[in-house]
Amino acid sequence: MPEPFRVILFIVFVMAFAGLNAAYLVWCERKGAGHIQRRIGPKEVGPYGLLQPIADGIKLMTKQLFLPKGVDPVLFMVAPLMVMVPAIMSFMVIPFSETFVAREVNIGLLMIFAFASVNVLGLLLGGWGSANKYAVIAAARCVSQNIAYEIPMLITTITMVMVTNTMNLNEMIRSQSGWFFHWHIFRLDMSLMMPVAFLIFFICSLAETNRAPFDMAEAESELVAGAYTEYPGMGFGVFFMGEYANIVIGCALTTILFLGGWQAPIPFNPAGFLGVIWGLFWFFLKLYALIFTVIWIRWTYPRTQFYELLNLSWKVLIPFSLFNLILTALQIKIFPWL
Amino acid sequence: MVPLFSAEGLSSLIFIFIVMTTVLGAVIATHSERLIRAVTGLAICFIGVAGLYYYLHSPFVALMEMLIYVGAVCVTIVFAVMLADPNPTGGVLKKSIFTGPLSFGLGIMLFWGLSALAGKTAWVAPAGRVNDGSLEEVGRALLTNYSMAFELISLVLLLAIIGALVLARGGRTRAGGES
Repeated sequence: MPEPFRVILFIVFVMAFAGLNAAYLVWCERKGAGHIQRRIGPKEVGPYGLLQPIADGIKLMTKQLFLPKGVDPVLFMVAPLMVMVPAIMSFMVIPFSETFVAREVNIGLLMIFAFASVNVLGLLLGGWGSANKYAVIAAARCVSQNIAYEIPMLITTITMVMVTNTMNLNEMIRSQSGWFFHWHIFRLDMSLMMPVAFLIFFICSLAETNRAPFDMAEAESELVAGAYTEYPGMGFGVFFMGEYANIVIGCALTTILFLGGWQAPIPFNPAGFLGVIWGLFWFFLKLYALIFTVIWIRWTYPRTQFYELLNLSWKVLIPFSLFNLILTALQIKIFPWL
Repeated sequence: MVPLFSAEGLSSLIFIFIVMTTVLGAVIATHSERLIRAVTGLAICFIGVAGLYYYLHSPFVALMEMLIYVGAVCVTIVFAVMLADPNPTGGVLKKSIFTGPLSFGLGIMLFWGLSALAGKTAWVAPAGRVNDGSLEEVGRALLTNYSMAFELISLVLLLAIIGALVLARGGRTRAGGES
């Protein structure tokens, strides 16, 4: 197949994936919440409530898109797109399987972080453009949180780049081939603090995507719906799709960096089409296990206080990630043959 | 004339689009009354500049432009703007009659100077420096030829951190309840 058509097909796939994934993660979230809180969750629309996301989608789309009084019309309409578009862009470089990737970019890791950083600006402008006190407070919280957690996340990522010597996501996964103890999370010979690095990265991706227990940007019990308060219908829907797409990207990055991406836990890689399916199976298994953990955490832990949130980043995560960086550099220097 | 629906035609079309984005962003940044819109224009302009870097065969610098200028600098500016009045009444500044002609003249001089500089420089053909934007080359250049600038920048950043700490330390009191 010619390259441009392959890329266009992939874009269609990614759009469909982002939309359906958001819709059904909402269903999973509600079902998960239900079972954790000893209720049933959605059950009326379709078997096990499986058609509920589609009904929700129709409801959101048929709602009137009106501009509340006093908002900044341009910023208000553009902000949801600024959350959604970068997320879609990031999917372009994520290798779902060894050959199942739109473009194998040499600096794919950097590209994901570059586009993910636009996400904050979208929330910020949306919150500000709404001309609503709750939204502005949420936007301000969101920025300080994102700045605080971007630092340990990037430092941990630098550690991983040092270990693998590349920013190509597919190369990073290839370097973890073989048994499951070759995955980076178990490679204590590369850095003694690898599991800690995994934990830091996972916590930071929770905070970066504004998920509970760090969902200060929404905080429905204090701020109505935070930055989304004024958004009607699909404006809110697009924000939500962007948020879920970002969760997938965060968990996909964690999978790629630490859990071996599409590598199976046993050294068995069938060739050809079967290999693609095999890789996809393991990638999505790890991805959705992490996403389930994200949902699980949300309904298990209460929201943190804002000071605690910032303290956690500046007083715990950043020192630990810096120490990890130095330790890894030392280990690479002292044992260069590993 | 290159046919439009070929690789080169499409890439020139995208290039023109990127240049337009940069100019449009710059115009929004300088001409909007509301500060927050000016910052948005700045962000658009930076995205355009990132595209220009991409066309200069430096995807690394392009993505760094996105990460640092859009993701960090613009966000910081917006954060500062939030402390200001959301809907300022009246004009930002009283303009004197000389402002227009003076800035026009300065703009022309700057444009003339930069284009003269660009015209007189003996540029190396892109094929000869195809690896210049790659990660390894940027890293090597930063730690060899430009190590002085690199160290100075880190010094500036250190000063900024210490300055912020000094300012924040003095401002915090326990009078307003729990800190």
